Amino acid sequence: MSEERFDAIVVGAGPSGNAAAYTMAKAGLKVLQLERGEYPGSKNVQGAILYADALEKVIPDFREDAPLERHVIEQRMWMLNESSYVGMHYRSEDFNEEKPNRYTIIRAQFDKWFSRRVREAGATVLCETTVTDLVRDIKGKVIGVRTDRGGGLIHADVVVLAEGVNGLIGNRAGLRPELKPEAVALAVKEMHFLPQEVIEQRFNLKGDEGVVIEVMGTVTDGMTGTAFIYTNKESLSVGIGCMVSDFARNETTPYALLEQFKNHPSVKPLLEGSEVKEYAAHLIPEGGYRHIPEIHGDGWLIVGDAGHFVNAVHREGSNLAMTTGRVAAETVIRLRQLRSDFSKADLALYRKTLDESFVMKDMKKYKDIPNFLHGNAANVFGTYPRLINEAAQRWFRVDGVAKREKERQIIASFRKGRGLRGLIGDAFKLARAWR
Amino acid sequence: MTTVVKVEEKLYVNRYLVDAGRPHIKVRPHETPSAALVALTHVCPAGCYTTNDRGQVEVAPDGCMECGTCRVLTADSGEVEWNYPRGGYGVLFKFG
Repeated sequence: MSEERFDAIVVGAGPSGNAAAYTMAKAGLKVLQLERGEYPGSKNVQGAILYADALEKVIPDFREDAPLERHVIEQRMWMLNESSYVGMHYRSEDFNEEKPNRYTIIRAQFDKWFSRRVREAGATVLCETTVTDLVRDIKGKVIGVRTDRGGGLIHADVVVLAEGVNGLIGNRAGLRPELKPEAVALAVKEMHFLPQEVIEQRFNLKGDEGVVIEVMGTVTDGMTGTAFIYTNKESLSVGIGCMVSDFARNETTPYALLEQFKNHPSVKPLLEGSEVKEYAAHLIPEGGYRHIPEIHGDGWLIVGDAGHFVNAVHREGSNLAMTTGRVAAETVIRLRQLRSDFSKADLALYRKTLDESFVMKDMKKYKDIPNFLHGNAANVFGTYPRLINEAAQRWFRVDGVAKREKERQIIASFRKGRGLRGLIGDAFKLARAWR
Repeated sequence: MTTVVKVEEKLYVNRYLVDAGRPHIKVRPHETPSAALVALTHVCPAGCYTTNDRGQVEVAPDGCMECGTCRVLTADSGEVEWNYPRGGYGVLFKFG
């Protein structure tokens, strides 16, 4: 092992690492992929929604054998207070298409499948192997890795770090700064099993149709965060996540928050009678564009969560992971053809390609949203959901009050609840952050 | 909030391969814990952190889901030594 030399080493077997390893192996490169889990997926957690477009660009025929749960035909967005929700639902028959756009997946199964494809493409995948160090030459160029299997240095022309949100290798090598508590969310999730037909009845589905529900409101106790319910074939993924800095200030525990969400009167009937088979926790890098570290250097590239590629507003992460993984691989393939030494200057092609793609364009678009939320969580996730739910109830309750009086009461409640300056200020700040 | 939840009951359904005698997380010896370290007693989603009767924070990482929250929160104070478990050990997500 110690004498072996690879064209590329990929650290991690999540979506970004698999996309990178697959793309390079498919192009004939000698690829080693190292994964610390017993099997690929055993350490990985996601909601999980799969966006087909990003995977299609890596494996066009993935639908033939990938373990997909349901294709999404309906998106529900709920704003909760303690007793009710105001919702926006979008459901379309157009999503029942030959090549659906979004699927729910179960990551442990999906990652195993993806890894099998990586092996079939010719990469060497080594599980139960934790990378301990990056190794550099005297000029500082990364030339390989060391693992906890012993056996010394494993050489490679380039190392792709797809090590996920807790990027210990990159951190310790000084390639990227430590995550800040205000730039990362902690999410907890349970897998609730129910018979297939019960899920289909409760969510108004047939066949492989699926629903996703994204939730914000008082259920996060004034913290910046969201909750979700995703329909799988025979299970529901139910979770909630908030910024780590908010959790640290709050007295509550993540699991109490999850229980509170599950016991909300709008949620509880959906879960009735389910059997919980797993409880998971994971960090999500949600600091946005301003927290993206350097993603290339002499002999190395960073992809996926390790590079802070998450669009929190649109709940996109795994698609950015697969896209950055693919682009990193394509960069390596191209540079190899040009007989590059994989210097930082040459690998800048990776950054340039991403800058010109939707990945960086979207990350840039929302660069100010984290700051907007950070200073305003109590209002965005508490005051407004309360006011909007109260307004809805006032509006729909028929009680002999004249409609003009109801309108007056609603407007007055907003002015009282947030103040005129607050309302205008929030609208202005949000509009500016959104542009 | 008043919901009392036993995290042990949640962790009970999970699969782990515990590396006996080699905890991957250690709290460095301390007299008085920082606010961040104390916060871990409620922020840790696996309830791994507790305060002993001398007011010091202790960790028992058997139920750890390797999320890294404690690592991030105490990065500045350096009170927690955090490593991944040895390859193959630790939590084994069935679904993830």
